[in-house]
Amino acid sequence: MLNIVGRRYLFFGISLVVIIPGMIALALWGLPLAIDFSGGSLLQARFDSGTLPQPAQILEVYRQNGYGDSQIQTSGTDQIIVRTKQMDETTKSKIVAALSKQFNTNITVLRFDTVGPAVGSEVATRAALAVAAAAVGITLYITYAFRGVQHAFRYGISAIIAMLHDVLVVLGVTAILCHFLGWEVDPLFLTALLTVIGFSVHDTIVVFDRIRENSNTFRRLPYETVVNHSIVQTLARSINTQLTVMFTLLALLLFGGITIRHFVLTLLIGVFSGTYSSIFNAAPILVVWENREWRNWFRKDTQEAPV
Amino acid sequence: MPACQPMAGICLISGGDYYMSKRFPWLLVSIIVLIIITIWIVWPTNPGIHLGSINKDIQTKLGLDLVGGVQALLEADLPTGTKVDPEALSTARTIVENRVNGLGVNEAVVQQAGNNRILVELPGETDPAKALAALQQTGLLEFVDFSKITQTEIAALQIPNTVIKTDFVGGTTTSTSPTPTTSATSPVTSTAVTKPEQIFHTVMTGAELSSVAVQTTATGGYEVAFVLKPDGAKTFKDFTTANVGKPLAIVLDKKVISAPNIQNPITEGKGVITGNYTIDSANALAIQLKYGSLPIPLRVASSQTVGPTLGQDSLQKSLVAGVIGMLVVMLYMALYYRLPGIVADLALIVYALIAFSIFKLIPVTLTLPGIAGFVLSVGVAVDANVLIFERMKEELRAGRTLRQSVDLGWARAWPSIRDSNFSTLITCLILGYFGKTYGASIVLGFALTLGIGVLVSMFTAIIVTRTFLHLVLDNIEFSEHHTWFGVARSL
Repeated sequence: MLNIVGRRYLFFGISLVVIIPGMIALALWGLPLAIDFSGGSLLQARFDSGTLPQPAQILEVYRQNGYGDSQIQTSGTDQIIVRTKQMDETTKSKIVAALSKQFNTNITVLRFDTVGPAVGSEVATRAALAVAAAAVGITLYITYAFRGVQHAFRYGISAIIAMLHDVLVVLGVTAILCHFLGWEVDPLFLTALLTVIGFSVHDTIVVFDRIRENSNTFRRLPYETVVNHSIVQTLARSINTQLTVMFTLLALLLFGGITIRHFVLTLLIGVFSGTYSSIFNAAPILVVWENREWRNWFRKDTQEAPV
Repeated sequence: MPACQPMAGICLISGGDYYMSKRFPWLLVSIIVLIIITIWIVWPTNPGIHLGSINKDIQTKLGLDLVGGVQALLEADLPTGTKVDPEALSTARTIVENRVNGLGVNEAVVQQAGNNRILVELPGETDPAKALAALQQTGLLEFVDFSKITQTEIAALQIPNTVIKTDFVGGTTTSTSPTPTTSATSPVTSTAVTKPEQIFHTVMTGAELSSVAVQTTATGGYEVAFVLKPDGAKTFKDFTTANVGKPLAIVLDKKVISAPNIQNPITEGKGVITGNYTIDSANALAIQLKYGSLPIPLRVASSQTVGPTLGQDSLQKSLVAGVIGMLVVMLYMALYYRLPGIVADLALIVYALIAFSIFKLIPVTLTLPGIAGFVLSVGVAVDANVLIFERMKEELRAGRTLRQSVDLGWARAWPSIRDSNFSTLITCLILGYFGKTYGASIVLGFALTLGIGVLVSMFTAIIVTRTFLHLVLDNIEFSEHHTWFGVARSL
């Protein structure tokens, strides 16, 4: 039988290899916030002539209207995305008219968003609260659902550690992608993150549930063996479920249009991490806890990870 | 064990004490009825239900990001730290809704978001500038005491765009009362009137008006009749009794729109505004009185405009993606789990029908993240089946009979399904709350579709798949067809 629990420190190590660079990226570069969080305006427009002028020329029009620090981005062959500080409808219409005149083309406004700075910072605070509330709610539920098992609380905490693992993976990878691909963190990212939290716990519970059942059936076996047995028994299910979710997400990624591409990619990373952590982190953490292995972590003479 | 005689498509099982036997025919009939109902609901040209007093359209509601339009978050424009009276905000919401209806937009949404914002969604609106201007027109209507100033001064104040100062400030007033509603009832004599810098006293705000109508006068002219709410009626009675023959100004957004003289005390809370009104100017005044009476000023805190082309494109693409995703999942299930997989695929179609019917019935506004939530819940729906089938295979390998394995698979997988789905539902609830308070309809839509999906998936995995599988099981012998279950050899 596969010995997953025995190699738990290897799997913890793999997690750290992904998480640590991500955290460094997060510390160095941070997460660039979309206007939904930072406040400001975003205009996405199409030049119906099909030819785009140089971004500098577009910026000049914005400068004349008092928006010199705007960021101009091109999208496709005929679209521009311009981020500015907060702008009202009237100014927007004025600038679009000016662009239209200057470059002698009809301009179709595809999207115009404007968000006040107060709303933005409020969303960020609420988002942090939402994650915290979800974590507390889920810990309480698991502790309740596993109330018949010894140390029910451990299951809740381990599930939350595995969940935090997934949150860190998603945040770290996103920080790297944002830095190199110029992505921004928007409410959809937040939605994705919260979904990952839900999925992560969903996955972990399936493994824990089997441990719960097996603990009752095999009372004489060492805890470590019971846990490993449970992981292996649920492996096929874990992989199949992950595959089906990945199929649907891949379909969305490939055919689903550009608006939700970042969202779906974030979900893909999170779902993968969620399955990994439920198999290789959550249940092994229970074993670490049961053996109180941290007492041996900093002793040189003892073997690491007693099996 | 050919214990079953097919009868009109329904299998009657004799003997056997496993869980499903007795309920099975009824379950099957109910499921078939359910399928027929959901197909009727999902049918694109569903006429809706119009029976007697029941009038319900059944239509797919598409979000702004799919059809294009304008979304705006209006925020109470009050000095920082001022508490917004919830009642006043709810009144403001109703008024904004009336204005939105005046714009002639179909399927508009106006809802309160948190304790100081109103979310407005105008699907299909093509002129965001005009729409936002109409909503932004805060229209704070006040009845202002002009009794202490001369006609010449009044004439000067009525010059267009002259802004006057009053003692009514947003959600609070300079009087002792904390809210605009109660301030209107405070005795007129309690507050100072014409101060050196000409701060006029607001007798009451438009919030006290209960109805307004244009009438014709005996001489063929027009006048505006109004009815006050009880509190306002009392204030008005006290004030008009004390000030007969003196002018009272109607002030909209701190600009004087009319300054009629008080001819008689208005004691019953009903009065008319007379003057040289034409039908148009009388209507304009009535509309200003009716809809311009926002109890709190509002400003646009954030807005989004999506062009119709972008929405159309997104809709088409995500539909295609959804269909492809579902087909791949169904193919995988059939290949991996064989016969139960095909049964699960059928259950998945039932799942999609039920979930989509619920979306149409509630109705849930479908947005891009909403569709993503739905697609994700397909994954969750499959997961319940995967859990059950994996359990079933284990039991088969452990040497149990097919029927035992099927029932044990269900019984043993249930705690996993229940606990994992409950934790997803907890997340959905928190997401939904977050989306609702912030007015982020996209987040709310996602939480709703995922949550409904999770609930429906529990039903289909437990009831529908099981019933279908029993229907099949009663007609085959496992020992002859073990490969149909993806188990290597007969046990």
